[in-house]
Amino acid sequence: MTDPFLIRAFLAGLGVAIAAGPLGCFVVWRRMAYFGDATAHAAILGVALSLLMGMPVAFGTMAIALAMALTVSALSARAHGVDATLGVLAHSALAIGLVAISFANGVRVDLSSFLFGDILAVSSEDLVVIFTGALLVLALLVWRWQGLLLATLNPELATAAGVSPRREQLVLTLALALTVAVALKVVGALLISAMLLVPPAVARSAANTPERMAVGAVLVGIGAVIGGLWASWTLDTPAGPSIVTVAAIAFALSLPLQAMRRGR
Amino acid sequence: MSLITTQGLTISHGADPVLRDIDLDIAEGEIVTVIGPNGSGKSTLVRAILGILAPSAGIIRRKKGLRIGYVPQKLAIDATLPITVRRFLSLPTRISDDVARQALTRTGVQGLEDRQMAALSGGQLQRVLLSRALLSQPDILILDEPTQGLDHPGIAAFYTLIEEVRKDTGCAVLLVSHDLHVVMRASDRVVCLNGHICCQGTPGMVQSAPEYHALFGVSEGGALAIYEHHHDHTHDHIHGEGCTHD
Repeated sequence: MTDPFLIRAFLAGLGVAIAAGPLGCFVVWRRMAYFGDATAHAAILGVALSLLMGMPVAFGTMAIALAMALTVSALSARAHGVDATLGVLAHSALAIGLVAISFANGVRVDLSSFLFGDILAVSSEDLVVIFTGALLVLALLVWRWQGLLLATLNPELATAAGVSPRREQLVLTLALALTVAVALKVVGALLISAMLLVPPAVARSAANTPERMAVGAVLVGIGAVIGGLWASWTLDTPAGPSIVTVAAIAFALSLPLQAMRRGR
Repeated sequence: MSLITTQGLTISHGADPVLRDIDLDIAEGEIVTVIGPNGSGKSTLVRAILGILAPSAGIIRRKKGLRIGYVPQKLAIDATLPITVRRFLSLPTRISDDVARQALTRTGVQGLEDRQMAALSGGQLQRVLLSRALLSQPDILILDEPTQGLDHPGIAAFYTLIEEVRKDTGCAVLLVSHDLHVVMRASDRVVCLNGHICCQGTPGMVQSAPEYHALFGVSEGGALAIYEHHHDHTHDHIHGEGCTHD
């Protein structure tokens, strides 16, 4: 299995894993799962606008995802219990995006590729976009790591140490929008959250520091990409969902380990 | 010289002021204890001094370049976030193992480096938080309800530790407590807070102030006790599991 398209698929998955691993850790630590969902769903609206306006898809996705992430960020900072509002926003963006795509006449659109990803059709140009985005996310997180961590642990402690929790939240928002734009082609809008949440959840069971958990999440993500591509190749299953399925199986297998850790 | 000065400080959540007209001045090396019942605005005052809440009216002045060591009331670490004591001490500035060991030793919790933060007892957590706060060599330590969840010997030991820290480093201390009946002996000043400053002065003055008794409804007999500790006995330790003494 060394066909060029498989290698490109693997590299695309690798790109997503190195961005989604550490970012996903923050999503898990800060209980922002809804945040990933809303941003990823909004990406479909971004796709629709890009197609209608003839822009590169990654650009439109990034813009709308960022707008949604900022909105969600502002909403959740203002009030507690905005769950319903966020749900309405996320699903409206998804639905309106799907409706809008149907208006993009003349463009033959494979809707499922945006919903579930089309990792096997990743081109060399896509790879450049994916790696640029992924490395940007990684660089951003490494650069802000200490502040992000402190703001996540306790916003007051961060403020007292001269770290602005609001600025760190903005960093995460930006990273999330970038990751969504990067991962859309690979796992699709509906499964991006899974790549953010599942690998960190698996890595938690074997980690004793935040850094180890982040690195673990990247490794689990890469493993899921390899396993998912292999399953897709041998069982002829859709690649994106197969990757997430492998990650989910890894999570199930990690549960006894987590129980052991708690039992200690 | 003052480290922190507030003048007419008022903080409102919505229309209702939580704190009004607070004039407070904390001088170098001073130990100030703020006591007040729940909902009296103690935490709001701390958050305003830290710069988290903006005043609705009035001003807060901090000495230029003021270094604050903050010990929060609690640290609710999400169960999904693994972090050892050693790693925690390196936030936000990375420190060497030697410095970390010294910091833990100073507060009497040496040897906890590899423990998960979430697995610490209340007393151990307080001391680890204090260790971290002292790393930046602060001009002032701000402690929010540091003795909550500690038993009496634990409180006495913690207050003794704070006194020692002040003596060694000369840093000021602002300590917030909901315990209306007991304050630290070494407090230079006690401030009674209930939305506004009811009275303030030395522990002895507050003890006999009518405002104190009116506010907290304590009988003359069972009033403010001042935490006495005796220097002729060995200081209490927080006993960590598996920690040995010589």
